[in-house]
Parts: sequence; C-alpha cells; structure tokens
Amino acid sequence: MREIIRRDRARLIRGGYATMIESQEQAHWDKTTRLMFTHLGVWFFFGFIIHMFVYVLNKVTIPVLGFPLGFYMAAQGSLIVFVVQLFLFAKQQDKIDREFGFAEDDA
Amino acid sequence: MATQTTASSEFYRQLGRMYGAYTGTFIAFVLLLALLERFGVPNRILGYLFVFFTLAVYAFIGIMTRTAQISEYYVAGRRVPALYNGMATGADWMSAASFVAMAGSLFLQGYDGIAWVLGWTGGFVLVSILVGPYLRKFGAYTVPDFMAFRFGGTFARFLAVIVLVCCSFTYVTAQVYGTGIIASRFLGMPFEIAVFVGLSGILLCSMLGGMRAVTWTQIAQYIVLIIAYLTPIVILSTMHYGIPIPELTYGHAIAEITAREGQLVAQNLATLCTEQSCPPGSLKPHIEPFLTWSPLNFFGIILCMMVGTASLPHILMRYFTTPTVREARQSVAWSLFFIFLLYFSAPAYAAFSKLEVYTNIIGRDLDDLRPWLFTWGELGLIKICGQNAANLDAVLAACKAVAGHPGVVRFADFAINTDVIVLSTPEIAGLPYVISGLVAAGGLAAALSTADGLLLAIANALSHDIYYNMIQKLEQRSRTITTALIAITVVGSIFLFLTGPSPVYGIPWRWLLLSVLAVMAAVVWPFWGRANDIAKRLIVARVLLLLVAVAAASTASTRPSDILAMVGWAFSLAMAGNFPALVMGIWWKKTTTAGAIAGMIAGFGLCLFYLLVTRYFPGFGVKYAGMTSLLNPATGVPVTDVAKAMALPNAMEMFPTLTHPLANKVGWFNLNNISCGLLGMPLGFLVIYVVSLFTKAPTAEMQAFVDEIRKPRGRTVLEEKTS
Repeated sequence: MREIIRRDRARLIRGGYATMIESQEQAHWDKTTRLMFTHLGVWFFFGFIIHMFVYVLNKVTIPVLGFPLGFYMAAQGSLIVFVVQLFLFAKQQDKIDREFGFAEDDA
Repeated sequence: MATQTTASSEFYRQLGRMYGAYTGTFIAFVLLLALLERFGVPNRILGYLFVFFTLAVYAFIGIMTRTAQISEYYVAGRRVPALYNGMATGADWMSAASFVAMAGSLFLQGYDGIAWVLGWTGGFVLVSILVGPYLRKFGAYTVPDFMAFRFGGTFARFLAVIVLVCCSFTYVTAQVYGTGIIASRFLGMPFEIAVFVGLSGILLCSMLGGMRAVTWTQIAQYIVLIIAYLTPIVILSTMHYGIPIPELTYGHAIAEITAREGQLVAQNLATLCTEQSCPPGSLKPHIEPFLTWSPLNFFGIILCMMVGTASLPHILMRYFTTPTVREARQSVAWSLFFIFLLYFSAPAYAAFSKLEVYTNIIGRDLDDLRPWLFTWGELGLIKICGQNAANLDAVLAACKAVAGHPGVVRFADFAINTDVIVLSTPEIAGLPYVISGLVAAGGLAAALSTADGLLLAIANALSHDIYYNMIQKLEQRSRTITTALIAITVVGSIFLFLTGPSPVYGIPWRWLLLSVLAVMAAVVWPFWGRANDIAKRLIVARVLLLLVAVAAASTASTRPSDILAMVGWAFSLAMAGNFPALVMGIWWKKTTTAGAIAGMIAGFGLCLFYLLVTRYFPGFGVKYAGMTSLLNPATGVPVTDVAKAMALPNAMEMFPTLTHPLANKVGWFNLNNISCGLLGMPLGFLVIYVVSLFTKAPTAEMQAFVDEIRKPRGRTVLEEKTS
C-alpha cells in the first residue's frame, strides 16, 4: 500500500500536480514546526532569560522552604519545567501525527 | 498483530519483574553487608564485596545478553521500551563527573556552579524537538550513517566519524580515569592497576552483546547509582529537618549558610569577594551570581552543554533502540526525568556539606576539629594551612608555621578537593561504613555505564562506518592497500607516542600493546577464514572495541593534566561539528551536500582552533590572532599581564603546562575555551545556509526522503533503501 502511494506520488510530482498527500504533508509539517518553535521558546525562556533576572528574583524568598527565588529557579524550577515540557511535547506531537494519519500503529 | 501485542506487553511485564527482583536483591545485599559490619567485618572487606558483587552482576548481564545478530549488536534489536531506554540513557549520561564532581563544583562555585546542572539537563529538550525522533525514523545504526545518507556519501561520513572520535575519545578517557580513582580509593590498589580492573568490567559488559548488552547493564547500573546517590542525603535531611526530601529542606541550609557567611566576615575569619577586590581564597557568597563565571561565560557554558547534549553520538544512538518514533520521544522525557532525580539533589549535597564546613570547621579551635576530615586529609584531599590534614598534630604543626595564626581555622586556611563532597557525606552524617561503600559502588556504576556507551559509540563508528561502509566497499586491491596503511599508521603512532613504562612489571607500554595485538591476531585468524560476512562484521566490531578500550585506559593511566577540562571540550566540539548539519539536514530540505560539508569543517575547525590555541599555543594566539587576557569575573581585571608574559623567554612555548602565564588565560571576547562551541556553531549554521543558497538544490528524491523522516509512520528510510 505504502509503495503504491509513493510511486503515485513520485509520478504526480513529476507531472507537476499538487496532490492530497502533498498538502497533507505540508499542513502536518507546518503544525509540527509551530509546536517546535513554541517549545524552543519555553526552553529558551527557562534556560536563559529567567536567569538574567537572578538579582531581582533573589530578593524574593520562597515562603516555608526558605530558598531565594533566583537560586531556586536555576537549581530546581527550570529543571522541573524541562521534564514536564518533554512529556507534554511527546503527547502533543503524537496528537499532530495522529490527526494527519502519519502516526505509527498502536502496538 | 494481536499476538504481537500480547508478546510485547508480556516482554514489558517480564522486564518489570526482573528489574524489580534485581532491585530487591540489591537492597537485601546492602542490608546483609550492614549486618556483617555489625559483626565486625573490616571496612576493606566490605569495600571489596561491594565492588566485586556489582561488577559480577553487570558482567553476568553482559554475558547473558551476548548476540550474533547485527541489529541486536548495533541497536539492541530496536525493542527497548521507552521507560527502560530512559533509565539506560540516564546511566549512559551521568558520568563520574556528574556523580562525584558536580556537587563539589556547586560547593566551591555556589550559584555559578548551577550552570552545569542547567546545561546538562536542558539539552534533552533539544534532543526531543529537533533531532532524536527524526534520526530514529531514519533508521541509522550510527550518527555518521545519517550524515552519509543525507549529504552524499563517504566524505560526509568520514567527517562525522572524525567529529565523533574527537569528542568521544577525550570523554571516555576521563571516565576510565574516574573508574581508576574510585576503585583505587576504595580497594586500596595502585591507580594504574585499578584502571585496568575497571576496564575489564567495562569490556565484560559490552564486548559480547554490543548495544543489547550495554542497554540491559546500564539499567542495572542506573538502579545502583540512584539508590547510592539519594540514600545519604535522604538520611541526612531526615536527621536534621525531620523530612526525608532533601530537595525541599536544603533551602533552610542555604539560609543558614548565608547568615554564617556574614558572621565569618564580621569576625574577620574571611575576606569577602566583591567587585572591588576578589583575591584567591576570598569567600564567594553561596547565592551570589557571576563571581566565578562572567555572565557571558555562565550562559555560554549552559548553551554549550545543552546543544552538546543534542549532538553527542553516544546519547543520540540510545534513541535508535526504541520500537517506535513515538516511544523515542517518550523515552527522551523519561531520560530527563531519571537524570533530574540526581541533578536536583546535587545542590542539596553541596549545601549540607557547606553548612557542616562553615559551622564545624571554620571558626573552630584547631584542637576542636571534627574527626571525619582526617580520613580525607590523609589522602591529600583536604588541606588546612596549606598541608594535608592527616591528623591533629599535622594540622597544629602546619598552622604554627603560618605567621600570626590565631589558632582558629580561617576561611582561607581550608582547602577541599571537589570529589570529597559526595564521598564524605555519609561520614559527616555519622552513618555506618556500609553507606560509604554504597556511594562508591554508585560512583563506579556511573563511570562504568558512561564509559560503556562511549566505547560502543566509538567502536561502532569505526566498525560500521569506516570498516563496513568505507573499506569493505572498496575493490580488493585498494582494500588491501588501505588496510595496510591504516595498520601501519596505528602501530606506528603507538610506537611514537607511548613512551612510558606500564604498571605490568615495568614492561614499556609500546611492547605490551604490540603483544596484545599479536595475541589478538593469533586468536582471530582461525575464525576469520571460516567466517561469513555477518560474523566478520561482528569480529571486527569486537576487536575494535577492545582496541579503543585499551587505548583509552593507556591514555588515562598517564594521568593527563587536562582530563577534567576535556569533558567540557567534548561538548563544545560535538556542538560545533554535528549540531548545525544535523538540524539543517532535517529541518531545511534545501541544505546541500556542499553546504553541510563546508559548515561542518568551518564550525568544527574554528572551535578546535580556539581550543588548541588558547590552551597549547597561547603565545601564538596573542601574537598572530589578536587574543587578549581573560578578565576576572568579579572585578573585571585581566587575569594575566599579557605584555609582561610575552616578554618572558617562554612566551612562545608550545604545549605548556597549566602554570604557564598565558595557558588557558587568553582568548577573544573574554570567552573561556570550554565554550568554544559558541564561536563554532553559529559559523557552522551560517556557512551551511550561505553555501546551500549558492549550490544546486538537492534532488527531488532526496527531498522526498526528508519528507519521509518527518513522518513517524512507515518503515525506516534505511530499511526501504536496502531491502
């Protein structure tokens, strides 16, 4: 089945047609790219931007725990964000793949 | 389909049962040793039991999972479930540096040390969103496989192998060195012998089963290392604060440290490091940023370690082993979770140790010192008043020799090796020796597992990429010539570079290695004639693995002085050489072969140039490349007087020692050479982009393949190509 689709597609591309699959692929990739940039933004914010404000954040102390906020964000806060972000990303990307029928069969 | 489903879930359950039983046995073993300690079994014996029991278990798994199949050897048959692959990656990732040295850096550098924690975790975000799953769909055995396929064959493959070997070999040498240090400290054997004991442990795990064996042993090693790392501080936190979660309670320790720092300065026991003056030996407040690294270098280290993570072949290849692309993504998330468990606990080690040092050592009368520090002073790892703190008399004598010493330990009198922080915590907490042994076993597991992964990455690149894909594809005649040339180069360089005596009866290294080679040739010869192609590939893979391992151990046993910096360099080199080509190859269809090759050479070349010049040819850097002195991060004053140093007779010395007035102290833009990837990576991206614009776009077929790796569904690209 896949082989047939590929052969058809190759023929259609040669003929210069925009096919269903082509536009499906494009839409899938656009969504994937958007998701990539969103997560790259979150990564950059928690990896770099927030730590540029460490002097300001260190003036705040987290109640009960006693950490200065700037120190806490670097030592724990950003790490927690990264872990949660990765589980979320795996889920979101899988949803996009399923939406366009590009996901693998469930085992 | 249905039968497959039940088969895989049965496999999954079985794994859970096996590793559950394994964890239970390990805990029972620790409790048994604790009982033996009660009955008066000496510490030395307990140490041996710990090391040999764990090594035996890893070797057992390694031998049980031996294989004679290519895909099992290279990618563990691609059926490692996400969760277990995450654990294996955790062990693959966390090295002796993470386990033993990182908490020490946090102790010494305070806030600035967190650059390592952030840098060595955030990179997994990049692995998942930019690179890993796409390489899994592509279906490679090694990272150079992808480069070769996407960028026109042999030359790109060769470049990628060079990058891989450069970054992985320095890294693996540091791991073997770490194994030697830990084994020698706890077993009391000479360092050089300990290196080879560690080596045999590494080889037993990976020789017979390749990736398959490494995967299942790394999971076992992860379990040991995480139990070993968390146990001491969980107990310590419970004792001090009544809550067994050290990550929550060390905030109070930090508050106490800050208060105590103020007292020490007020009592004139310490001078404070400020923007006006920050001499060596002055106190850097624990939460005060940018006193060890300038902001540029702080963020530079974070970025280089993160991007390096997403470019290091021994990490990327772990995600080739999952059953699906979906599981590759989940597996990255699990990896980071398992790594996170250790990394967010490391600052707690640093804080608890620092509190102990600031309250019970500094500001105390000399005869009032706590006994735990003499154990480490004896080994030369803790110094008071400039001398090893071996016992009370030694300390008293040393401080008496200091003019005007008040008889109280001052901040500047105390010096501690970074390795001590984690290793001494059980003693500080007054825990029995069995916990110290547990920590040593954990450190050993961390070093062994990383060394395994790295060795396999190097040996696979040599066997799969160089031998199978380059040499074996040649015609008979040129194949013989190439093989002969390589053999002559290898044997020749062994002779030229290995000059020292070995630990084995003082036989020179060069002869020892040569006889190992001869014995190996004699063993392999009879098999070789009868072997079919698959068997030949596996023989070559194993022989190369052994050779690389011996080379790494020989290098480590000479104790190279740059060994710790080398780990940092490996990240920058991987980042500059691999990252732009990988990302552009996947995310921009118009990336051309010429562009990628030019970009790899330019990026990697610039990074390597900066490293080599600033460290080994600093005089030339100042004279011909316009380099200036780095600046002290706190005060902004140059760290070395370049004009004066250039006037000295040794200014242009090549390969100088670290005491040379210019070595590691010059550069461009005040950029430390660990972060040289910060120069190389942007250049790599730029060159790839510009050259690709001016060369002919890739064929429609190649662009269709890029489309194919972007969709998880379907067979791997390589499979389709070859079948």
